[in-house]
This record gives sequence, C-alpha cells and structure tokens, in this order.
Amino acid sequence: MDNVNLNEEGYLTDFSQWSKEVAEKIAAENEISLTDKHWEVVDFLQKKHNNEEALSIRGIKKSGVINIKEFYDLFPGGPLKISTKIAGIPKPKSCI
Amino acid sequence: MKKLLILGAGTSGTMMANHMIKKLPKEEWSVTIVDQYKTHYYQPGFLFLPFDLYKTKDVKKKGEKFIPKGANYILEKIDKILPEENKVKLETQTVDYDILIIATGTKIAPEESEGMKEEMWHKNIFDFYTYEGSKGLRNKLREWQGGKLVVHITEMPIKCPVAPLEFAFLADSFFLNKGMRDKVDITFVTPLGGAFTKPKATEALHYLLEEKGIKEVVDFNLAEVDYKNNKIIDYAGVEVDYDLLVTVPTNLGDEMIERSGLGDDMNFVPTNKATLQSKAHENIFVIGDASNIPASKAGSVAHFEAEILEENLLRYIDGQELKEEFDGHANCFIETGHGKALLIDFNYTHEPVEGSFPFPIIGPLKLLKETRMNHMGKLAFRWIYWNMLIKGTHIPFVTAKMSEKGRNYDN
Ligand SMILES: Cc1cc2nc3c(=O)[nH]c(=O)nc-3n(C[C@H](O)[C@H](O)[C@H](O)COP(=O)(O)OP(=O)(O)OC[C@H]3O[C@@H](n4cnc5c(N)ncnc54)[C@H](O)[C@@H]3O)c2cc1C
Repeated sequence: MDNVNLNEEGYLTDFSQWSKEVAEKIAAENEISLTDKHWEVVDFLQKKHNNEEALSIRGIKKSGVINIKEFYDLFPGGPLKISTKIAGIPKPKSCI
Repeated sequence: MKKLLILGAGTSGTMMANHMIKKLPKEEWSVTIVDQYKTHYYQPGFLFLPFDLYKTKDVKKKGEKFIPKGANYILEKIDKILPEENKVKLETQTVDYDILIIATGTKIAPEESEGMKEEMWHKNIFDFYTYEGSKGLRNKLREWQGGKLVVHITEMPIKCPVAPLEFAFLADSFFLNKGMRDKVDITFVTPLGGAFTKPKATEALHYLLEEKGIKEVVDFNLAEVDYKNNKIIDYAGVEVDYDLLVTVPTNLGDEMIERSGLGDDMNFVPTNKATLQSKAHENIFVIGDASNIPASKAGSVAHFEAEILEENLLRYIDGQELKEEFDGHANCFIETGHGKALLIDFNYTHEPVEGSFPFPIIGPLKLLKETRMNHMGKLAFRWIYWNMLIKGTHIPFVTAKMSEKGRNYDN
C-alpha cells in the first residue's frame, strides 16, 4: 500500500492515514469485501478507540451493532484482530 | 467541618487515607474510609499461595492496622452513591461528603461465563484472584496427580495482566521440583494475539514459553465452559481440554458503581486519565482498579496515582487548576519460576524495554531480563507493601512519573 505506514503486523501506525480506501485494501488482503454491516462495526470500533475504551468481545456483544456469531462470520479467523486492523486502530493488547 | 470520604480500604483507599490525613488541616477536614471487610488482603500474594510459597498469614491482615489514627473507619457494605446530593448510602446509614474518592477496585465475575461457576467451581475449575480460590487451588495442587493444566484468561482488561503468565511459569517450576513435570501438560489460553503482545517484550521473552514447554492457544474468546466434559469452547468452535482449569474470569467494577449509574459497561468509572478526576462530577475522584483509565490495573500503578491524586485534591480544595500529570506509569515484577523474575517499567506511551532500574546503568534491577535480583525484588515487594506502600510512606528513588534514563528506547 502506498503512502501509509504499517507496523510489522500490518496495523496502521498513524490513524490520520486511514481512509475508506485503505480499509478496503486491508480487508482485501484478508479476503474480506466490506459490506454495510462491516462499516458499522468499523465505525463502532473507532468510536470506542477514540474514547480510550478497552475493546473486547463483551463490548461487541453489548454494542447493539452486531451479535458475536455475525462478528465471527464477518471477520473470520480472529475477528477482533482483523476488524481493528481494517479500522486502522491498534489491536487489543496487554502490558507486555 | 468539610468531609473527605473514601470508598474502599484496599490498596488505593488505604494509601489515600494515609496521604490525606497528613495533608489536610484537622480543624477543617474529617477523613472517613469505608470497606465491607475487616481483612486487608495482599492480592499479589495470591499468586504464590497456590504453590505453598506463601502461607495464608502472609496475604491477609487486619485492615484496621493500616488505617491512620484520626480517620473514621466504617465497616459496612456500600449500597449506592448519590452524586447529585453528595451522599453515599451504606447498609445502615447515609454519609455525606464534600470530596469523594472511589477506590472500590475490581473483582472477578465468573457468573458472566456460561458453565464456569457451576458444580465444578473450585473443584477442578479455580480462580486465583480471590483468597478462597487461591487457597482452594493450593489444596488441590498438593494432591493433584497431573494431567492437562490449562491457564486461561477469559477477557481483558484484568487486574495484574501478567499474573496468569506468572502462574504458568511458577506451575512449571512447581511440578519440576515435585518431580512430576513429565506428568503435566501446561497450556496458556488467551483472548489476545499471544501471551506477549508488545513487539519488544515478545522478542525478548517468547523463549521463556518454549524453554518451559508451555503451549499457547491465542485469539480464544470463551463462549462456554463445558464443565461436564472438561473443556473450554470458544466462539469459533475451538475446544481446549483440561483436567485442571485455572482461569481468570471476567473482571468487573463493583455492582455498587452500576447501581449508582456511574460506570461504563464493565462498571469502571469514566475518569480523566491525567488528573484522575471523574468525568461526570468534579468533586468525585477515582484511583486504582475502579477507574476506566487505559493504565494497567496494578498496585504499583495505584501507588504512582496516589502521589498525583494527593496533589490534585489539594489543588482542587484551593480552587487551582488540576495537574495533568499522570502518565500511566506501571512497574511490575514478573515471576518466571526457578527463583528468577523479570522487571518491566512502562507508561501510556512507552512499551517495556531493556535497561536498568531505578538507576541508569547500575540498576541494580534489570529491565526485561530474567534475574535472581528481580525475584528478590518481588519478594521484597511484600514487605514494602505492608510496611511502606499502603501506609503512604514515600519509596526512595522511585518516582511517580516514569524516568526515561538508562532505557534502551529506539528514539
Ligand atoms: C493474583 C494477583 C496478583 C497481583 N500481583 C500484583 C503485583 O505483583 N504487583 C502489583 O502492583 N499489583 C498486583 N496485583 C494487583 C493489585 O492487587 C491491585 O491492582 C490493587 O490491589 C488495586 O487496589 P485498589 O485499591 O484499586 O483495589 P482493592 O485493593 O481490590 O480494594 C478495593 C476495596 O474496595 C472494597 N469494596 C468494593 N466494593 C465495595 C462495596 N460495595 N462496599 C464496601 N466495600 C467495597 C473491597 O472490599 C476492597 O477492600 C495483583 C492482583 C492479583 C489478584
């Protein structure tokens, strides 16, 4: 991808470089084509991240946007890992 | 007379009572602290109790011993905060305040996960985040003949996020010493992308898992504990079998926070991460595990917060602007077993790196390296906790704001 900085795991290092086109490219690399539902989830995750709230499966469950089964269906594999990558925000992590 | 009211007499509340009684003029301010239990637990000791490395008396003492003279100490369950009236309802009485400090911590909520707190709870499914769980696990481990040990984190955030990994390391050491390591299979199961999640720590420490023969199952989001068939199942259908499950259940803030309408969806109180003032009410401050700030939930963090909160309370009383000082500083020893430990030091912006602590180059403690000296540091922490930390004594050379000297940062 041109003009965006990614870390070694493929996450954006600077959110200001995020755009819908960038999201679509990252999604394509993960064999996902983004639907309206995907965008809703991306928007929800970005809002949580801006409020500095921890991202978890519970948050998804309580989001009202999507249930967990749909979440796994939309982002197969590691849904939190992949959806955060597409949303341009850091993956959930621990202190080490 | 003005009133400072502190909710919770754990690590943070006790520390704040000791700090503020020294700073507030007696003629003008009263200090009251409330807790439901008469016992103060040394929670970091819950990691050692299961392996018979600590005795029960090392991890619990009478709370009263640590409450400063001159403070009112109320032993009652807190029912509800009424922030619009500046009052708090306890079980049998209502107390009012001018300034409120919430220090009610976080606790495990195994009932949040299907099948966890059923008939096998504390039989072959244990937590070690409570006194009962830790002691029950000790009794279990004394007689356990081996099999599949699964060490598991249900969901983040949890207090002391490294404790489960330390548990796995200590278990390896414990079974080796008992001459039965070959009978035990240890698997570490986490909802995160790995046991280590930060690049520098992964690079420096991943060898520990390989060296100790600990398997990793990652990105595992628990859907259910199938306690009848001894397996945990995640939402993607991945199953992990266990004979003994040591889990860290979901951690939530106290229900009292929810009843008071002051929490987020995990009952943590939205708090300004630099000033420690609650976002909703200017005369309510939050310290320790009860807040939602993106710092680690650890006693060392609460210790650094206490210094900044003390100053901000005095500024608030004086009508001055609050200092935006808290940088998320955390400083944690990580037991790696076999009498060694690691030390990590980090804040909101810097991930743990290699270097020396507390003094550049000479240390004597080494950051992000496994040494015996660090293990001695962790054991000394218990003494420091009971004798200095909660009593609000300043710990020499260790500053609330993180030092960047003597660290191997790239930039
Ligand atoms: C296994 C384990 C290992 C750990 N290891 C370390 C370590 O090595 N280093 C480190 O720095 N930290 C460690 N910690 C974390 C540390 O113990 C906590 O971060 C620290 O105790 C937080 O202090 P606190 O005052 O915020 O909460 P707590 O100390 O938990 O105190 C909260 C208090 O509030 C009271 N309370 C809550 N609700 C009510 C109510 N409704 N009514 C009345 N009272 C109420 C509780 O009874 C409790 O006494 C560890 C924790 C665990 C569980």
